[in-house]
Amino acid sequence: MKINTINYELLKKPISLIYRKPGDRIFLSMAVFLGISIVLLTIVMAFVLYGESKEAITRFGVLGFPLKAVWDPAINLEFGALTFIAGTLFTSIGALVLSFVPAVAIAIFTAEYAPRWLSVIVDNLVNLIAAVPSVVVGIWGIFVFTPWMRDCVYMPFFSWSTDNFPALVPLLGNPIGFGMSTATIILALMVLPYTAALTRDAIRLVPREQREASWALGATHREVILMAVLPYSRSGILAGVILSFGRAIGETMAVAMLIGNKNTLPFTLFGPGATMPSVIINEFREAVGNIHYSSLMAVGLALFAISLIVNLLAAWISRKFAFAGGQMV
Amino acid sequence: MNCTESIKANVTSIKNNSFTIIDKDGPPLPHLRMKTENLTVKYGSTTGVRDVSITFQEKQVTALIGPSGCGKTTFLRALNRMHDLTRGTEISGKVLLDGKNIYDHKVDPVTIRRRVGMVFQKPTPFPTMSIFDNVVAGLKLVGIRNRSFLLEVCEKALIQSALFNEVKDRLKDPGASLSGGQQQRLCIARALAVNPEVLLMDEPTSSLDPQSTNRIEELIQELKNDVTIVIVTHNMQQAARVSDQTAFFYVGNLIETGKTRDIFTNPKNKQTEEYITGRFG
Repeated sequence: MKINTINYELLKKPISLIYRKPGDRIFLSMAVFLGISIVLLTIVMAFVLYGESKEAITRFGVLGFPLKAVWDPAINLEFGALTFIAGTLFTSIGALVLSFVPAVAIAIFTAEYAPRWLSVIVDNLVNLIAAVPSVVVGIWGIFVFTPWMRDCVYMPFFSWSTDNFPALVPLLGNPIGFGMSTATIILALMVLPYTAALTRDAIRLVPREQREASWALGATHREVILMAVLPYSRSGILAGVILSFGRAIGETMAVAMLIGNKNTLPFTLFGPGATMPSVIINEFREAVGNIHYSSLMAVGLALFAISLIVNLLAAWISRKFAFAGGQMV
Repeated sequence: MNCTESIKANVTSIKNNSFTIIDKDGPPLPHLRMKTENLTVKYGSTTGVRDVSITFQEKQVTALIGPSGCGKTTFLRALNRMHDLTRGTEISGKVLLDGKNIYDHKVDPVTIRRRVGMVFQKPTPFPTMSIFDNVVAGLKLVGIRNRSFLLEVCEKALIQSALFNEVKDRLKDPGASLSGGQQQRLCIARALAVNPEVLLMDEPTSSLDPQSTNRIEELIQELKNDVTIVIVTHNMQQAARVSDQTAFFYVGNLIETGKTRDIFTNPKNKQTEEYITGRFG
């Protein structure tokens, strides 16, 4: 009875007084403020990068800079980012290709086949890979992985091909251990947890009904995975791949430690190379003169732009690959 | 059923004091498709279904009725070993399909599920597949790739499930682009395409509008000549309309089973009568 009276009193007030409580307003303004400030921060960052790299861009051209493969900070002071763009794309795409199948396989194993205790252990171990600081991965790469690859993979393969396939030798490059393929493999290891984790989550989110529908058709476990689970989770898997790609593009420390840092094209498979982040971290301290500094900033701007394009592409792809039209009942 | 067999059956049924019609050791009668013997399903410590013995005849529709949580669905899912997929489910007793226990450890559950199809409460088309691919998904599983054969089966199954006229011009559209009722008929077509011997339907019309429900009920009537149907339903009128045999479940027990007409006009058990007349449940 009492409650009814209170309700009645409340309803007599104008709607605006009932619903526009100060708490709601504070909450809304905070959300709007924080949301907008993220956007502003991004715009400011892009603007600063542009401002700092303006000198290089005006001197070498908007397209001339990213499409020219020259990096000469000592004599002619000429700069172009093509070498590093190529290095970044090569190592990142290579890392994705190398890590995709193992990552999806791990995800399928932990989400579908492993008993609970084992899947918890494997999940945590895989996550642990992502938690290792990249400088630690780099130092492990320098002292353990690189010598091992040089002695057990590159050298034997190199000498085999000099004997049997001399045409291949120029493509292989110097088998010193540090180089594109070492960096790519380490990068694959570093991005694998991201693909694996997102794939695993996507697989676990596949509705029970979807699995049961294929079980009921007489599918085996493998067929259920191929027919119902993976197709249903494909946009999630794709999101994982793209997140990994974003990570791979920006990965700096481990790559800079292992890639060998050669600033000229052409790159070879085993031989040294460079990526956009690796050249920035190697040279920002000793940038001689404004144009060198500005060129490094321009490389940073290019990296920023590529990341942005990858993200937009990701949004577009995952929309396109989500279930086309219609209702999901 | 000839005279001798019928007498024999009667004698056995009196002996066992149950609804079992055939002698346990004798060969199954030709009209008997499936039966359960003392089937019990436990989830951990709770018992979902207790000691159920029932027979399903060829060319007959059996309706399982009862209040929510009474074990109808649990029982239904035991008939094609769907419980194998849930951890911690324990099943005892027998389910005989053409005289062979499907829970025998030598039996591969996959082969059972190919013979005993299932349609679920919610429509579950595979969202990434086209309508055509959805219908023939089960056939592709067994390695059939011949396109003209697949098209033929697809057409037949869609005609059987009364969906063909609505989708014949857009077989390549995604399965998820259909309406809810159409999706459910698509799922029925998918289950029929593999030519099952028994079709289990778990409240197939619960998420559908009256018109789609109607079509599916008509469909059940048409299908029963080819396939033995067991249907779980909450809708008593539906059970009365579509089924030949009705089984009433209550808290995990099979309370009463018999010809639908008898159950609805003259139930022997008081609980059945109360449920049917709407006094509880």
